[in-house]
Amino acid sequence: MVASTETVKQVQELGADRYKYGFSTDIEMDMAPKGVNEDIVRMISAKKEEPEWLLDWRLKAFRAWQEMAEPEWAKVAFPEIDYQDAYYYAAPKSGDKPKSLDEVDPKLLETYEKLGIPLREQEVLAGVEGAPKIAVDAVFDSVSVATTFKRELEKHGVIFCSISEAVKTHPELVRKYLGSVVPFTDNKHACLNSAVFTDGSFVYIPKGVRCPMELSTYFRINAENTGQFERTLIIADDDSYVSYLEGCTAPQRDENQLHAAVVELIALDNAEIKYSTVQNWFPGDENGKGGIYNFVTKRGACRGVKSKIAWTQVETGSAVTWKYPSCILQGDGSVGEFYSVAITNNFQQADTGTKMIHLGKNTTSKIISKGISAGRADQTYRGLVRIGPKADGARNFTQCDSLLIGDKCGAHTVPYIESRNPSATLEHEATTSKISEDQLFYCLSRGMSAEDAVGLIVNGFCKEVMQTLPMEFAVEAQKLIGISLEGSVG
Amino acid sequence: MSAATTDTLQILLAAGPGPGVGPLHDLRDAGRAALAKTGLPGRKTEIWKYTRLKALDGVAWTGPDARPEIDGDWIDAQAGFRDAWRIVLVNGRFDAGLSRLTDLPSAARIAPLPEAAGAHGAVAAALGQLANAERFPMVALNAACLEDGVAIGVEERALLEKPIHVVSITAPGAQPVAAHPRLLIRIGAGAQATLLESHLHLGDGAPAFTNAVLEIIVGEGARLGHYRIHDGPENALFVATTAVSVAGGAQYDAFALNIGAGLARNESMYKLDGERAEIAVNGAYLGVGGAHIDNTTFIDHARPNCQSQETFNGVLSDHARGVFQGKILVRPDAQNTDGHQMHKALLLSGKAEVDAKPELEIYADDVRCGHGATIGALDADQLFYLRARGVDEQAARALLIEAFLLDTVERIQDLAVREAFAEALTGRLRALQSSLAHGEAA
Repeated sequence: MVASTETVKQVQELGADRYKYGFSTDIEMDMAPKGVNEDIVRMISAKKEEPEWLLDWRLKAFRAWQEMAEPEWAKVAFPEIDYQDAYYYAAPKSGDKPKSLDEVDPKLLETYEKLGIPLREQEVLAGVEGAPKIAVDAVFDSVSVATTFKRELEKHGVIFCSISEAVKTHPELVRKYLGSVVPFTDNKHACLNSAVFTDGSFVYIPKGVRCPMELSTYFRINAENTGQFERTLIIADDDSYVSYLEGCTAPQRDENQLHAAVVELIALDNAEIKYSTVQNWFPGDENGKGGIYNFVTKRGACRGVKSKIAWTQVETGSAVTWKYPSCILQGDGSVGEFYSVAITNNFQQADTGTKMIHLGKNTTSKIISKGISAGRADQTYRGLVRIGPKADGARNFTQCDSLLIGDKCGAHTVPYIESRNPSATLEHEATTSKISEDQLFYCLSRGMSAEDAVGLIVNGFCKEVMQTLPMEFAVEAQKLIGISLEGSVG
Repeated sequence: MSAATTDTLQILLAAGPGPGVGPLHDLRDAGRAALAKTGLPGRKTEIWKYTRLKALDGVAWTGPDARPEIDGDWIDAQAGFRDAWRIVLVNGRFDAGLSRLTDLPSAARIAPLPEAAGAHGAVAAALGQLANAERFPMVALNAACLEDGVAIGVEERALLEKPIHVVSITAPGAQPVAAHPRLLIRIGAGAQATLLESHLHLGDGAPAFTNAVLEIIVGEGARLGHYRIHDGPENALFVATTAVSVAGGAQYDAFALNIGAGLARNESMYKLDGERAEIAVNGAYLGVGGAHIDNTTFIDHARPNCQSQETFNGVLSDHARGVFQGKILVRPDAQNTDGHQMHKALLLSGKAEVDAKPELEIYADDVRCGHGATIGALDADQLFYLRARGVDEQAARALLIEAFLLDTVERIQDLAVREAFAEALTGRLRALQSSLAHGEAA
């Protein structure tokens, strides 16, 4: 009992100052008027110089959105969102689109430097010899500011650019796949995104190409009262492979900001997409004030035979998380994987999980979810595994483990398991426990501090997921786990 | 609520006794009022996600009056357990003539519900407390149509040497019948008792709807074994809502066996309401033809140092559908909780379906909670093992199915009940052997 009393005290003492990305950049912004209506949608589309079909699609989405009800089934509670009290378009002011990084506002570059995101290719090259290269698309509020290593990628036929650019340069691909995995009617948040999405990344890996470097997008919400609505579309053609990383931060602000993104992945025959996220949006302060509402729809379609989509997520930020990266396993022999670590502390709430929809024969899926709840946080794993009548020989394995730190937090598991095929095999396992006194004692008796011990034990608890992250991300994620749980155990 | 279900509700209410007088009228009025707000469970009700009561629609339901003749020998043959005190309910009404309550010790009181509620303030006060009409529409429907039922009381520290056997028969005559059996069972502190429930069906083909509600209060340090068997034909709908509160140091052991061919839903709530309470809630189901069998349980760990254990195994053949929803709630103060749950299902046919939703909701940190769920076909290795030892395919399959279901029956603490349930199950399996052997209806 003593330990848990101390825990509560420590958590209370813990300032939000540990969120080191909480600074904001003072930069001149181009903002649309507050609120959302058809004119705003038209304005965004016009700013992006979009073709008619895309504007029509946005308007259709907007009209559907007005009719749609908020999803209410998730175990999260927050005041009703006033959609008219936010800006839907905010872009750093600059004359023409910068042709090279030298033309980009130095303040922007500084921001990314502070965040530790190298936008200057030479800096990466000047680093340790043999250091892996990562191409980055940096999205600042509503627009993509820079995409690195484009030329090198072009040599391999890989298209990696902002989605606004792709609409202009590769309209046929965008038109074919946009909304094909997440239709705008999917849910209210995805619908709003379809109407007002401002930017995001586009990736196309041609047939037989193994993408020579990790691709990465870095999302930054900066402006006050803005919502961020980015849209990511990744297409891996036959026999290709790509690993994609996504990171996100936002300044520390008192009001809640909305982030409603949509990510669509398409894997064709024998293609593999590995999508990793380290989500570190501002979680709000220790009293639950401020923080990002992270309402994200992520879905991948394994359309081809033996295709594979693997989602890995480390969720440490956001005041409220509502996110279910899913796989639709259409192609025979296709594989879906979901690895997740979610950490909630203070007043954070997270309702996250996955959906694995088995349609093709011999499809397999694996779900490993590790949830850690501390402070007064509430966390839910919500998942669906559905085996269709034609999915002969399908297999699923699910493991959800929750760890509770302190007696004021909650951890919940809500899996839906549906099978309509006798040749399918499904296994689901879930446990909830606390850090054992024995493990703590063992570490402490070897001279570790309580905090280091908890960090070590939690990292061990999450090991299976951390191993699936690309190396440079794993290091960051490991540190983040330590920071997120700082002071949660006495 | 759709127009069809609104009509259905009106028909069901009209078949009931209507608002009126008597000791139960408060409950009836409250039930009607709750239904006026919620209506019958529909598509939007999350806890009814996998089970629809569409079969209730479009049937001219009537009340319990018209019933065929029932003789005691038929009950003996169907319900077994001859050596038990027997309470018979026909279409929800207590039938003293068919019941067998001679030599009941004075420590056990069994009385029709209106009489007991009129005579004992405690009975009237307890009714509707655990099974809340405002939260559960089917409880509200039961209350709205309530005219009879049985109250069972076991005095403190009494040890009942024989089980109490409730035989609830839904017997449509020529007309479709809707029955709403209701039981209130209070086990005094330190008492020990066994409660058996057999839900039977007697009729010539008219549809039958049973909507039973049981409220069970287990006093401090008491022990109750509670075992239910349900059987019925294809056009029988069976819904039972059971709400149990278990006081400190008490033990409650329950088992539900479902072998009916129609729709069956067992929704049960268990509240561990005192320290060191222990419950074991197990069950088995066998669905063939168009059967739909739903076991929905909610285990509420409200106090520290309690234990719960739950295991359900099910076998589904033909185009049967199985549903298992099991939730464990651990409240903020319920430290040192042990809660374990397991659901396993075997799918024998390409048209069968199973939906499972095991759920944990945990607000205390010093807990050891877990659930598991598996769904699959018969294990090919196990089949091979038996075949290699000269057992033919059909017998090998039958053996594995039987072992799979008996695995949970083994958990019944009462030996006599365990044997009787095992027999009922194996008897049914043998009768179905040829169709189960191939996984499809013959």
